[in-house]
Amino acid sequence: MTTKFTPDHEYIRVEGATGIVGITPYAQDALGDIVFVELPSVGKVLKKGDEAAVVESVKAASEIYAPVAGTVTEVNDALTGNPGLINSDPENEGWIYKIAIADAGEIDGLLDDAAYADLTK
Amino acid sequence: MAQSTAETLKTTPLVERHIAAGGRMVPFGGYNLPVQYPTGIMAEHKWTREFAGLFDVSHMGPSFLTLNSPSGDAEADHAAIAAIIEPLICGDIAGLKSGQIRYTLLLNETGGALDDLMVARSPLFGGSLYIVVNAGTKDGDFARIAAAAGDKAKLTRADGDNALLALQGPEAVNVMAQIAPGAVDLGFMQYAPFDFAGQKIIVARSGYTGEDGFEILVPNANATALWDALLADDRVKPIGLGARDSLRLEAGLPLYGHDLNETISPIEAGLGFAVSKRRREAADFPGASRILAEREGGLSRVRVGLIVEGAPAREGAEILDASGTAIGVVTSGGFAPSLGKAIALGFVPPSHAANGTLLQVSVRGRSQSAQVVETPFVPHRYFRKPKAS
Repeated sequence: MTTKFTPDHEYIRVEGATGIVGITPYAQDALGDIVFVELPSVGKVLKKGDEAAVVESVKAASEIYAPVAGTVTEVNDALTGNPGLINSDPENEGWIYKIAIADAGEIDGLLDDAAYADLTK
Repeated sequence: MAQSTAETLKTTPLVERHIAAGGRMVPFGGYNLPVQYPTGIMAEHKWTREFAGLFDVSHMGPSFLTLNSPSGDAEADHAAIAAIIEPLICGDIAGLKSGQIRYTLLLNETGGALDDLMVARSPLFGGSLYIVVNAGTKDGDFARIAAAAGDKAKLTRADGDNALLALQGPEAVNVMAQIAPGAVDLGFMQYAPFDFAGQKIIVARSGYTGEDGFEILVPNANATALWDALLADDRVKPIGLGARDSLRLEAGLPLYGHDLNETISPIEAGLGFAVSKRRREAADFPGASRILAEREGGLSRVRVGLIVEGAPAREGAEILDASGTAIGVVTSGGFAPSLGKAIALGFVPPSHAANGTLLQVSVRGRSQSAQVVETPFVPHRYFRKPKAS
């Protein structure tokens, strides 16, 4: 199991051909209290960098981009009733959607732990 | 890049306190101020509604307008200073009692709002007004007031040499009782000077949250001492600009530059109460013909409150009628922590402004339901003294 990151502070946890996408602890802290999440539709086809979801804090809306190309297979419906899960547990219960990865090669182009840690130092 | 911006920003005497408390500093109105502290906007907002929040609002524009040659007759001197400011605004200043504060609007010749502001009659001297204007408009406002004063009166800016703190929330009065006991006898929209640590502070029972509370002008030299003394009370926490905005939005209070601007009249903005009766009858304020006609129903748009289903509708979001026709725009919107849902202020034609009207807002190209509701969204809890019998 590998987790990779984008410079826009999304993570993708790769489990076989599926990626679980959310925002990093750094991102949730920067955004503050999340009050609303707009989830993608299951079946939506995304190119790398497409807007996949929107998270809203008290102050502002922020787009969440697709780290890699693929098709949305599942969304975290728990966020509809409890968007604060992104604040309390961004990497586990606060995941946003799952994607069937179209091209595993795109994963290699993302940041690894060390590179992402450098970016947010 | 961030550094060069920071260099041009002004700071308040409390900047070190904000940074030490973990405040997330942002540029606002030309000042470096905390948008939130580590607990976040939601917790700060709820704390203020339940206990007491302390805000640094030193970016705002406090000032004093004082007659150059007072006669010594307090009533005559007050009438003279009121006559200087009244031609710029729609409020009755001549009729203020000593120590009374009035919310009013600075208007242009077409009745648009150049600013909203507080004007108060000195509780001590005839011929002196305490005036507090908004941060973003203060230089223009002060120039306009100074020009009107000519050689009859002097406008003295109190920003720069003083900090302005706001203590807001249901526990504010109990906290103030420990700091300036006499201040608890002030009613809503009254002010008076008090002593704190051997220096004068000016305490007004007013605010921008809908809660009971105080706004305190304190000389820079004593600002951190007062800040620390207030925070030493465990009912008080520091609150950033983010919660200041969500609190005022729930209270239905306009934010200048968003819900009010130079094209919007007091009547359109739902601030008809700020057009005082005496001024209305005399029709002697800027833009009177438009404003009085609007008061009689000649309105094309009016400010409403909206409860929004789903994602918050932010400033600039289009308002649609039930059939999907664009009819207006959101001027402030966000999430209301006290209500747990999205709310907004915006302008629509009077035909769509009745409470209960079902409308829609467009958020990221999608229509969401919205309903017109009475403002404030959260009831005001000001402290009004019972009238003496």
